[in-house]
Amino acid sequence: MKEEILRDVERAVLTLNVNGEPAQLLVPVHKTLLEVLREDMQLTGTKHGCELGECGTCTVLIDGKPHLSCLVLPIQVEGRAITTVEGMASGSDLDPLQTAFAEIGAAQCGYCTPGILLSARSLLEENPRPSRGEIKEALAGNLCRCTGYTKIVEAIELAAGRMA
Amino acid sequence: MLRLPRFKYLRPRSAREAAGMAAEKGARAMFVAGGTDLYPKLKRRQFEVDTLIGLDFLGHDIRNGSTECVIDAGVTLSAASRDSHLKGGFGGYAEAAGLVSSPPLRNAGTIGGNLCVDTRCNYYDMTYEWRKAAGFCMKKDGDICLVAPSSPRCWAVSSSDTAPMAIALGGVVTLVGLDGERELPVSALYRDDGIEYMAKRPDEVVTSLRLRAEPGLRSAYVKLRRRGSIDFPIAGAAVAARMEGDTIAACRIVLSAVASYPLDAEAACTFLKGRRLDRETVQEAAELAAKPAKPLDNADLSHFWRKRMVRVVVEQALERLSDQPGGFDS
Ligand SMILES: Cc1cc2nc3c(=O)[nH]c(=O)nc-3n(C[C@H](O)[C@H](O)[C@H](O)COP(=O)(O)OP(=O)(O)OC[C@H]3O[C@@H](n4cnc5c(N)ncnc54)[C@H](O)[C@@H]3O)c2cc1C
Ligand code: SF4
Ligand code: FES
Ligand code: FES
Repeated sequence: MKEEILRDVERAVLTLNVNGEPAQLLVPVHKTLLEVLREDMQLTGTKHGCELGECGTCTVLIDGKPHLSCLVLPIQVEGRAITTVEGMASGSDLDPLQTAFAEIGAAQCGYCTPGILLSARSLLEENPRPSRGEIKEALAGNLCRCTGYTKIVEAIELAAGRMA
Repeated sequence: MLRLPRFKYLRPRSAREAAGMAAEKGARAMFVAGGTDLYPKLKRRQFEVDTLIGLDFLGHDIRNGSTECVIDAGVTLSAASRDSHLKGGFGGYAEAAGLVSSPPLRNAGTIGGNLCVDTRCNYYDMTYEWRKAAGFCMKKDGDICLVAPSSPRCWAVSSSDTAPMAIALGGVVTLVGLDGERELPVSALYRDDGIEYMAKRPDEVVTSLRLRAEPGLRSAYVKLRRRGSIDFPIAGAAVAARMEGDTIAACRIVLSAVASYPLDAEAACTFLKGRRLDRETVQEAAELAAKPAKPLDNADLSHFWRKRMVRVVVEQALERLSDQPGGFDS
């Protein structure tokens, strides 16, 4: 019976694994992960920009890889590990990337910052000492309208150096 | 906020089951794989559906044999672009997959979805409110073409990066429908129509793409777009050639984003057969390849410039072939 319900639904009870904690939610299936994070889970660190896959500000990690949460249905990622910017710090200890961004001034308005931090985190996990070109490629889906990117790239290099 | 419309989400367990659901629901249902093409379009109300049929059952493997490579339709563009066998044997395909949009989008977009991606147009890929204000066109909600008002047809642009490359490489897709399974060359998957752009039946699911390895096979893809990331192609050249010594034994050049389907540049290939890839030959072939391309004023940047750039992207792609291991002096 449960199987039948799960195969043809307009609303679903979903268990999402967000920042290491399981959360059970009843959501309409047409709500995007971005909307569910912000509106149903109050995790407003994930920003909404274009909502069309073009700006990257809604980036979250799914199984460690950057994804655009405005183009993901929660029902398609049940059981997978979702990380938002709220999950980057451990307790009161910021992620080295967050510290480096704050120190260098890599955020101006800050709207792109959560998405960029997560793209950078995924990059450093795969490649702890990336070249400048590799950093730029990893950020090629995250637009920033303020900084001109220079300080963002420098902050990622600083964090990578400290983590090595 | 731009929200998705309300819909039901069906989760078939196999392609056969998905085909059955699609046949039963008809035009009110659509398949969804990564959703990276479909969800933005649903948000802009370019399709009206009440049901999505999730293709989450599709395989995610790339199987390499000595004579062919079979890529499951559920493989993401990221995985295809990084696969060492694809990069080695079908370099142009891996390149094309790696040039689609941006890195986070490629982590979700699939190779099957990329073969089926909707045709595009500046007057169509807009929000419902924009289209209503500008006047609807025949691809959705209206009855004329806003780009070519006297034309009885829609000229929306085929905008897949990997489809031209799959055609150039002689790729074959496996389709599973109500009537069972069949194979179809990728070149036969498309129609010259901006609205009915796919030649497969709507109930058919693409389950895999097969590329055949041949000795001396080389391939390259060159893409033109405004920015180096995120944007769709506004022109592109996919080139595959089988070399015998330093001579082209066979070759296929397919253009992206200059027609409603991936456009074969046949005259250039006939010209190249039996020739060496020196600079003059490359230039002459590029001229010939660009001739059939007739971009209209419905994609980014000026269509006159895009037309001029087709020759350039073909030239660059052919030059890349000669740069590959065992290549020739130009
Ligand atoms: C900002 C942005 C930029 C983009 N840039 C590019 C680009 O540069 N180049 C490019 O080629 N594309 C681009 N795309 C389009 C899209 O992201 C890619 O084409 C992607 O590969 C689509 O795959 P998907 O799995 O997400 O498809 P979906 O969105 O799930 O599906 C796309 C279409 O194919 C059908 N479909 C999907 N899988 C199958 C299947 N296995 N069998 C039958 N039908 C199927 C769906 O019904 C739908 O009609 C871009 C999209 C966005 C939002
Ligand atoms: S080519 Fe014409 S009919 Fe087709 S989408 Fe564009 S304006 Fe509409
Ligand atoms: S809000 Fe998701 S990409 Fe812009
Ligand atoms: S800091 Fe403002 S968009 Fe990046």
